[in-house]
Amino acid sequence: MSAPVTIIRPKKTFSVADLRELWSYRELLYFFTWRDFKVRYKQTLIGAAWAILQPFVTMVVFSVFFGKLAQVPSDGVPYPIFVYVGLLFWQFFSGALSDTSNVLVGNQAIITKVYFPRLILPVSGILTKFVDFVFAAIILAGLMFYYGFVPHIEGLWLIPLLLVITFAASVGAGLILASMNVKYRDVRYALPFFIQILLFITPVIYPASIAGSWSWLLALNPMTGVIQSARAALLGTTVLNWNLLGISSAACLVLLFIGVVYFKKVERYFADIL
Amino acid sequence: MEPIIQVKGIGKRYDIRHYQGKYVALRDVLMTVIKSPLRFFKEKAKAVTGIGAKEAFWALKEVSFNINAGEVVGVIGRNGAGKSTLLKILTGITPPTTGEIVMRGRVGSLLEVGTGFHPELTGRENIFLNGAILGMTRKQIAQNFDKIVEFAGIERFLDTPVKYYSSGMYVRLAFSVAAHLEPDILLVDEVLAVGDAEFQKKCLGKMEEVTSRDGRTILFVSHNMAAIQSLCKKCILMEKGQVKMVGETDEVIRQYLKGAESRGTEAFWKKEDRPGNSVARLDSVRLVDAGSKSIPYAFSNQAIGVEISYEVLEEGRMPLPNIHLFTSKGECAFVSVADHSDRLDRKGPHKAIAWIPANILNNETYSVNVAISTVRPLHIHANVPDAIAFRVLEDIDKASENDYNERLPGAVRPRLKWTSA
Repeated sequence: MSAPVTIIRPKKTFSVADLRELWSYRELLYFFTWRDFKVRYKQTLIGAAWAILQPFVTMVVFSVFFGKLAQVPSDGVPYPIFVYVGLLFWQFFSGALSDTSNVLVGNQAIITKVYFPRLILPVSGILTKFVDFVFAAIILAGLMFYYGFVPHIEGLWLIPLLLVITFAASVGAGLILASMNVKYRDVRYALPFFIQILLFITPVIYPASIAGSWSWLLALNPMTGVIQSARAALLGTTVLNWNLLGISSAACLVLLFIGVVYFKKVERYFADIL
Repeated sequence: MEPIIQVKGIGKRYDIRHYQGKYVALRDVLMTVIKSPLRFFKEKAKAVTGIGAKEAFWALKEVSFNINAGEVVGVIGRNGAGKSTLLKILTGITPPTTGEIVMRGRVGSLLEVGTGFHPELTGRENIFLNGAILGMTRKQIAQNFDKIVEFAGIERFLDTPVKYYSSGMYVRLAFSVAAHLEPDILLVDEVLAVGDAEFQKKCLGKMEEVTSRDGRTILFVSHNMAAIQSLCKKCILMEKGQVKMVGETDEVIRQYLKGAESRGTEAFWKKEDRPGNSVARLDSVRLVDAGSKSIPYAFSNQAIGVEISYEVLEEGRMPLPNIHLFTSKGECAFVSVADHSDRLDRKGPHKAIAWIPANILNNETYSVNVAISTVRPLHIHANVPDAIAFRVLEDIDKASENDYNERLPGAVRPRLKWTSA
């Protein structure tokens, strides 16, 4: 029997070995995700309905105030459907951010007592959000049925790609926030404000076309490209703007890179200062 | 054959700023940047180049040793000797600053029982979660599931959230999961300190069973000398972040206990290096018996005193001598301050004795922190950690009358008055 050999040395920055290690711990990733999910739905009275209720109520409020009263344009699609597609991705992203920012501090009891690749924690937090996304997507189907809106089925193939981008953007930004929060514990308090601002510079309640020739600037925010493309693909509101999606993907990769590097740097002393 | 664990020149440096400051608020950092950007960048530059790295201390330095397959090795040492840091590095929780460790085999660690237990989840769910955190695969957990449940004795509560468990059940379940880990190398910290005596024995039995049957290698950190003695043939003694001695358990334990008393039950200072300030300075501290005679150790049924000689140099500050007693685990057993009195405020030499009544202390080595402080407002004039240390022994003749003959849990062991009706 060949026994695995563990070598412990002073920590360097990110390497391919980290990815291999992450893969070998995939079962733990599954267990953490499972735990988060289970605990959340045990604690809240209304259970899984929460995942649906949250975006639904937000959609209703936005539809009344922005769609009806403020007459925000929606590219010719019923505003509730229009805004809900945006919210679906937005809530995945913002929920992932606020959850991951606290993931290291929240799990300090485990971090200081047992070793596993720390990357697992934020990633599992985001996976939990993905489950919410699936639940919330059911409502979208219901909405389309209610309004008698026929979606572009051929656009569905793009959704997995958009999810990957959203996921990567959440991981990138989440890692940065989680690492900062270890050192600066007040990041958590500033975050809700930050997320709120972000909501308004992301085309959730308004179409991306509103920015005109400046839309590339908006696209630096990865969620812009994602939401715009999701609408283009599912609702056929506009043609798919590959440039916009390209810029957003690039921004997302940069974010992911910075996140991973920063996280690995801070990872060295997590257990010491937690 | 090559050793299963090779530790080569391991060192761990802590940056005191990281360590003590715990965490900073981002808003404070931002304020410094805005208020005095120059100073901020200067300090940042210093930190990066390492000029400002004076505030570093080495928790471990040049630690090297080898462990062969199948050995059960105990790690002992006083608090702060670096035992836990060593274990945290071996488990990978925190990386070393220098050196290298090679471990040949699957490594499992147990620094705490019940790591990651979630109160909302049921016993069944927690077995899987905790097992996964400890490094078991789902298959392994499923295979051992019945054994785990049986060992913990919680069959009836398997589907109850663990928040409703008694603390005993909780610990039993947690240990049971850990006991069924099947690594080649097991790293264990003071985990047996929890749980009732009977269950502790069961755990020790289980550990002995697996080591002798499976030939597993175990590194075991503990303050419990009885457990070390019964489990380990070999021991490592740590002192001030370094390996002081490696050898046969009995020998190492003897050396360790000698070390604990080497500070002695008396301490004197020469006039020029008396600890203290312009208000008061310490001259000597010693352990005495009821007749004020110096003693090398104490019996538990004997009243003893900590005699503190000091000089008051400035009147009107009311400096009061006080003691902190610490157990060998570093817990504070109690603190006592001399009573306020005008006499103690007078300039000149003083001698104060803190009397500790009989039948209060445990069977334990205590270290005494001696200080002289003004209480209101608090101002510490002299402070000597570990000024003296002493062992409290059972008086054998008396012990046979009662049932005490082992150390009981707790920092103190007062003999209380019991009434019955």
